[in-house]
Amino acid sequence: MSDTVADLVIIGCGPAGMAAACEARALNLSVILLDEQATIGGQIYRSIESAPAERLHVLGHDYASGRSLASEFRNSGVRYLGGAVVWNVSSDGTVDYVASGRSEKVMGKHVLLASGAMERPFPISGWTLPGVMGAGAAQILLKGSGALPNGPVVLAGCGPLLYLLAWQYLRAGATIRALVDTTAVSDYLRAARHVAGALRGWRDLVKGVKLLGALRFPAIRVFFGCSELSVEGERRVEGLSFKHRGRPVRVPASLLLLHQGVVPNTQLTWSIGSAHRWDRDQLCWQPVTDAWGRLGESPIYVAGDSRAIVGAQASAVQGRLAALAVGERLGVVTDFARRAAPLERQLKRHASIRPFLDALYRPKNGNRIPQANGTVVCRCEEVTAGQIRRCVELGCRGPNQTKAFSRCGMGPCQGRFCGLTVTEIIAQARGVEPCDVGYYRIRPPIKPVMLGDFVQ
Amino acid sequence: MQAFLMITEPLFAIPRSSELETVTITFEGESLTVPAGVSVAAALLVGGVRDFRSSAVGQAPRAPYCMMGVCFECLVEIDGVPARQSCIVTVQDGMEVRRQVGAASLDYVSFGKRS
Repeated sequence: MSDTVADLVIIGCGPAGMAAACEARALNLSVILLDEQATIGGQIYRSIESAPAERLHVLGHDYASGRSLASEFRNSGVRYLGGAVVWNVSSDGTVDYVASGRSEKVMGKHVLLASGAMERPFPISGWTLPGVMGAGAAQILLKGSGALPNGPVVLAGCGPLLYLLAWQYLRAGATIRALVDTTAVSDYLRAARHVAGALRGWRDLVKGVKLLGALRFPAIRVFFGCSELSVEGERRVEGLSFKHRGRPVRVPASLLLLHQGVVPNTQLTWSIGSAHRWDRDQLCWQPVTDAWGRLGESPIYVAGDSRAIVGAQASAVQGRLAALAVGERLGVVTDFARRAAPLERQLKRHASIRPFLDALYRPKNGNRIPQANGTVVCRCEEVTAGQIRRCVELGCRGPNQTKAFSRCGMGPCQGRFCGLTVTEIIAQARGVEPCDVGYYRIRPPIKPVMLGDFVQ
Repeated sequence: MQAFLMITEPLFAIPRSSELETVTITFEGESLTVPAGVSVAAALLVGGVRDFRSSAVGQAPRAPYCMMGVCFECLVEIDGVPARQSCIVTVQDGMEVRRQVGAASLDYVSFGKRS
């Protein structure tokens, strides 16, 4: 096998990418895997190989279980390139990346995109102040370096990751000043319709119930059904104000961790011009693929959370299925249906709790589509919700027009952190669905590269 | 803005474990002893840095939001190269880190490391 050509090039070293690599290597396909982080595991299993025993204990069983996949990956014979920042994927299978200050190229007969999820933006007043971070970011600090909040921390929002982090912090002995929960009674009623389905994935359900039970037992102040969240502070966060049971409440905070779910990181699929659909349950864009993750008639596949939010275990199964599908196309797998059947059963079981979670932790309209005109939507270029609405009044019908009018989405993050918000603001202002509004036209390079990287 | 304290009470701390290896870096010329093997962003946060950069339009203070390479809020200048994503770069002994002031400008990119 050449160093730069492979049967399968995989982007992303989380559960989907690692599992796909293992499966493809078991079929004796040549595999190159690129990942921008310095270590394997993606975000969910970050630092899985180096985490000491006490950290594994704090993070819990689901995290520690990533070690078996990591060691299978290490023993698979994959060519793994860490610290490789992919900036272009072409539909012919060419992948451009920068590593150690040099631009390089690999070529895959097939390419699997497994770039995972990112935290959903939480655009409320003051969310740009230092000291406000995503709960996912704080969990990355815990996984990567064992870092804990140095003083009382405030957590706000909803979703499994927020509660998991609270549980991990309690195990580690950190102090939680308040958990400001945006889940309302109406969410429990809406989710109740999906309980029967979720029972098929009863193991996940039991885990969730145990976790929430653990959060109620100790002395954390939990505020349920909160709305109108607003971050206070001048040059750094000083507190969080919100409405609880009709009354205004303010909690002081020097560290505020926000979370309202994760969304697919679709930058790569947009950049290669794939079709995407708006998912009304997960409130995000998802690339349109066949059952095994293939994008149209291209040699490119997508697996895991960058296709739709399915969680770590289902992501790994999707990675294996995509690798099998690639194997079939290369003529190596002749009994695809027989090999795929048990994986499909696993996928179904892992997916059964998803509609329940999506309904219960559906982020509130007010926390996704800021009603206050002064709230910053585009953190890079500091464009507000009011400016976007003004652009719509002036005749803008989609994000590419508001971008040209306001520079919204034109900063270094290339729209990653404002795109969903902008689509939804425009849709609401125009009285249409997000799918009628569309998304930014994402073009390579999808990561900033320096001209010097191209000089040998 | 310069009067604003660069190094302050850290928002995050790593509980003292016995065999924690450290490296020494500078932030805005001030020496910081930080854990080895972590990202520059993590090192700065546990080192007491809250203000990583100023925003490109309003010059407002900013700090990391996502820690996974998506939000670009953690941009700093590392060894003379501006606008590096500090959450992706692993900290190395002797690194000179500075705040990213506004958008990166071309003039000192071409000259590399500051003397």
